[in-house]
Amino acid sequence: MWSGRDQDATQSRRDAPLCLPVRASIMSKARTQPMIEVERLTKRFGRRAAIDDVSFTVAQGEIVGLLGPNGAGKSTIMRILACFMPATSGSARVAGLDVFRQSDAVRRRIGYMPENNPLYPDMRVCEYLKYRALLKGLTSRESRVRVDAVTQQCGLIEVSRQVIGSLSKGYRQRVGVADALVNEPALIILDEPTIGLDPHQIRAVRQLILELGRQHTILLSSHILPEVEMTCQRVLIMHQGRVLAADTTRNLQERLSGGMQVVAEIEAPLRELLECWEQTDEIERHDVTASDSGFFRCMLTPRAGVDLRPLVFDMVRSHGWRMRELTRSCHSLEDVFVHVTRPDREEEIV
Amino acid sequence: MRGCLIILRRELWGFLGSLTGYVIMAAALMFLGLGFVVMLLAYNGDAIDVPLTELFYGTMFFWLILLVTTPVTTMRLFALERSSGTFETLMTVPVGDAQVVLAKYAAALLFCVIVWLPLAGCLRLVHHYTAPGIPFDWQPVATTYLGILLLGALYTAIGCLASALTRSQIIAAMTSFAIGVSLFLLSFLKFSVGRRTGLASKIATYVSLFDHMEDFVRGVVDTRHLVFYASLTVLFLFLTLKVVESRRWR
Repeated sequence: MWSGRDQDATQSRRDAPLCLPVRASIMSKARTQPMIEVERLTKRFGRRAAIDDVSFTVAQGEIVGLLGPNGAGKSTIMRILACFMPATSGSARVAGLDVFRQSDAVRRRIGYMPENNPLYPDMRVCEYLKYRALLKGLTSRESRVRVDAVTQQCGLIEVSRQVIGSLSKGYRQRVGVADALVNEPALIILDEPTIGLDPHQIRAVRQLILELGRQHTILLSSHILPEVEMTCQRVLIMHQGRVLAADTTRNLQERLSGGMQVVAEIEAPLRELLECWEQTDEIERHDVTASDSGFFRCMLTPRAGVDLRPLVFDMVRSHGWRMRELTRSCHSLEDVFVHVTRPDREEEIV
Repeated sequence: MRGCLIILRRELWGFLGSLTGYVIMAAALMFLGLGFVVMLLAYNGDAIDVPLTELFYGTMFFWLILLVTTPVTTMRLFALERSSGTFETLMTVPVGDAQVVLAKYAAALLFCVIVWLPLAGCLRLVHHYTAPGIPFDWQPVATTYLGILLLGALYTAIGCLASALTRSQIIAAMTSFAIGVSLFLLSFLKFSVGRRTGLASKIATYVSLFDHMEDFVRGVVDTRHLVFYASLTVLFLFLTLKVVESRRWR
């Protein structure tokens, strides 16, 4: 559906203010315009749809995570946004520019690091960054300034004369990120930026992403949940080519859990304990298992919106029992993810 | 065009900054030397009235160098980018597909010409010892180089296509070698249709790469040959571009 004259007309109207020499109007325009607008995007490979009718927007300055199992269509979306290949139907815009029709302008505004971070192993780090900067349309002087800046920003100064093939995986990943940054893009697209790294390197890359998020809009993909939970403000959960849920991490957790489960470890006679839980109206469901040294572990699910913790404390105090733990379990994104991608739940949650 | 030059520089550096380039050059040099040894032994002491270039062309080492070095030179162009994944980073910079194809092609062709440079040196050397006092005749050498450029252009374009089709360098080399050798062997078709006249024989003569090149080594430039080589080269380059673009509609 690359259709419509209207679309062209709105496009030119949209672009028009950008041509004006008045800087203020450019700024205000830029603020309000979403960085990524994806509408009903579909990509088919033969008969199989890699992504199917996907729509979402990303605002300026957001860090958004695409989350999903392998083969969910994350990379396909990123490749389309990076102008590597066009979609079968639907439209995608970056900073108001169509990725298909105004591909050249879009390419100048994005920094893209593909999956597995491909690099030329025979080049030195500084040579590679210079080469990429020139390819992305920077002049020789600009490229020198930018290469120095990103080398510093990504902590590559001590290896900048080394051949890429001799670098550790963590450094290579940083070279990939530096490459994505070198043309000062408005939008950075990172496909699985932490895959294959050790915990220290993951932490370093994550820190780098958070720092970048202050100045750039970032779209990153991952199938590692804590990763996305820690770096992204908003998450799009994908499964089999469709976006099943899109919200902030916090909202997603709350939406799933309804109320939050409370875990209490209490030393008490079992019968009294069970009776007590059954008689409390606020508790919807309880699950008691024996723990060590006479304690019982109680998992209590409240009715919607109730915080059970004070209630449990009062109850323990009035009975004179002993308690060694009282926590409210927060559903992790992992629960949300498993919940959402379960085949029978697909329809409900959207 | 700027992007084109940047990629060209990088590709040429890929040949000249790595061992592969020098191995190819050394192999070509060895064949060249063998060719001259064979030639000199065959004509030892005889007075002959043909240009040196034609004598060398007659040894067949000319074709051996061409058929072997171009597939090895061109195999990495696209196949390596595809297998290492850098194809994706290359194709998402603001440089058009046509420019990328042209840049890689031009780099390989330049390298191909560099590989042939020692030929001029060998010719000069032989002339120095065989015909003292007679001025060196540059014309057949220049036309031979023009022929090499045209033939190299065609074989490099074939290599580009083969490399764009696959992600394995070996398969790319074998494919372009197979196409190259088949085209060369068409030259001998005229011997099997030989005596008969008419369309078959005309076609057989027209597709004979061997005959097309022969005029160049004699010092003759004929526009028919120019058109023949240029059209085939453009065809193969066009196909390469379509293969590179195919990711858009696959």
